[in-house]
Amino acid sequence: MTLSDIMFYLFAGSILTFSVLTVTSRRILRSAVYLLFVLVSTAGIYFMLNYNFLAAVQLTVYAGGIIVLIIFSILLTSHVSEKAVVAPLSQQIYSALAVAAGAVLTLMTIFRFGFTATTVQQGDATVQTVGRALVSYGKDGFALPFEVISVLLLAAMVGAIVLARKEKKVSDVATPTTSNRDNTSKS
Amino acid sequence: MGFNIYDFTEMTHNMHLWFLERMSPAMTTVVEWTIIGVCYLLFIALFGLFLVYAERKVCAAFQQRLGPTRVGYWGLLQTIADFLKLLMKELIMPKSADKFLYNLAPFIVMIATFMAIAVLPFGKGLQTMDFDIGIFYVTAVSSIGVIGILIAGWSSNNKYSLIGAMRSGAQILSYELSVSLSLVTMIIFAGTMQLSGIVEGQRDAWFLFKGHIPALIAFVIFLIAGTAETNRGPFDLAEAESELTAGFHTEYSGIKFAFFFLAEYINMFIVAAMATTVFLGGWMPLHFGSLESFNHVMDFIPPLVWFFIKVCGVIFLIMWFKWTFPRLRVDQILTLEWKYLLPINLINILLMCLVVLTKFHL
Repeated sequence: MTLSDIMFYLFAGSILTFSVLTVTSRRILRSAVYLLFVLVSTAGIYFMLNYNFLAAVQLTVYAGGIIVLIIFSILLTSHVSEKAVVAPLSQQIYSALAVAAGAVLTLMTIFRFGFTATTVQQGDATVQTVGRALVSYGKDGFALPFEVISVLLLAAMVGAIVLARKEKKVSDVATPTTSNRDNTSKS
Repeated sequence: MGFNIYDFTEMTHNMHLWFLERMSPAMTTVVEWTIIGVCYLLFIALFGLFLVYAERKVCAAFQQRLGPTRVGYWGLLQTIADFLKLLMKELIMPKSADKFLYNLAPFIVMIATFMAIAVLPFGKGLQTMDFDIGIFYVTAVSSIGVIGILIAGWSSNNKYSLIGAMRSGAQILSYELSVSLSLVTMIIFAGTMQLSGIVEGQRDAWFLFKGHIPALIAFVIFLIAGTAETNRGPFDLAEAESELTAGFHTEYSGIKFAFFFLAEYINMFIVAAMATTVFLGGWMPLHFGSLESFNHVMDFIPPLVWFFIKVCGVIFLIMWFKWTFPRLRVDQILTLEWKYLLPINLINILLMCLVVLTKFHL
């Protein structure tokens, strides 16, 4: 067993373990942290594949972005002593059955599929290649999806701002009361 | 085994060969990893202690005091004594804290710091990993550190810790934008994200001089945002001692507190080292275009010394900020980022694109 094999099993093992822990932990912040470990291990596998760019994206977007947002919302909404309620036995049995069925289906598909060693030339995944592909509009270019996604993100951002913004009260605008005037003088 | 203080490439290569002769390749890798790891550990511990000492002396100088003078000559052993005291302190566990997360948090902060420091080029041939995405990797990895701070604040089960963690989270998330964007400005100018390539590109002149106006703006923004990202004064409201006792690490004691403390100082070093590498030429000596003799004199100073001179200069600047400016309020910090730094940064990127396109640089 070479060193890279050992590393792969280490990453794969931690992904499997922490995935299970993520869904079985009863404390919500612990689940979030286990999820962080899963995502960081995935980034580790990307590093092993020499696809550094994707690995760094995985770290920035998932570990540094999404997990931080999840933790933020947990910080705002729950307390350290809170624990998730244990589901009743019938629910546990049903979900165990569903999980087992899913696992059997996946394993059957994997084992039936005849994997062959790839004959495709190893791609060149430097930042330059990725960057050029992202903004070129010719063949193998991703300019259109890139722009479409940016429009989607912009729409989501505007939507979030509209939702989160405080509505101005009609009375404040129409008739400034004394308390309102006090506020303005203070600020 | 030749030892050349100007170029370590040959030395590290010879060491690699020396190990390969004596053991299997796998064993060589393991041994080399261990050596490098121990080197980084020693460096972080010693440089952290030095930074704490330097901070106390700089602070004293700004306040017209002497600072530590009793332990050792000029008080040089003061921080070592303090650190030994910290090591021997009792580890207090808050009764209703989430024990697993409470113990994990300092390690997450420390690991993020370690991962970021691993790619810094200290000198010619003195770089552990040279990713083609160097800068991106540093920003990606340092964004994990904030998770440790958030977890520490929440799992301590203390309202001061929680408020401190929330503040620090909001602050780091916002200022990460400015740090990344000012680095993006320089990536556009350098044409590469590889740290060794960036240093190599500054052989004739530092990017700060080459890129003139946009580079200068990016440098100032990077310093401000970098200071904010390390939770240091004037942006230290995450641990504002007058309001929050000690912020997110209120409940930590002994070595766990030391981890947070050390990570904060090493993060300051990382910010300074990034500023040095990207703007001030990394380990490259100071060169001026046609002054041949001057350039030769500068070449006599080893790269490692150059690197640390520049880094210490930037660190002194950051300490100067802390002991000069009063602490900002939360809303002021967020206004500064979102209403001033971010728009300036975006315009600056356009300006840099113009400079690169018209080749209006040295």
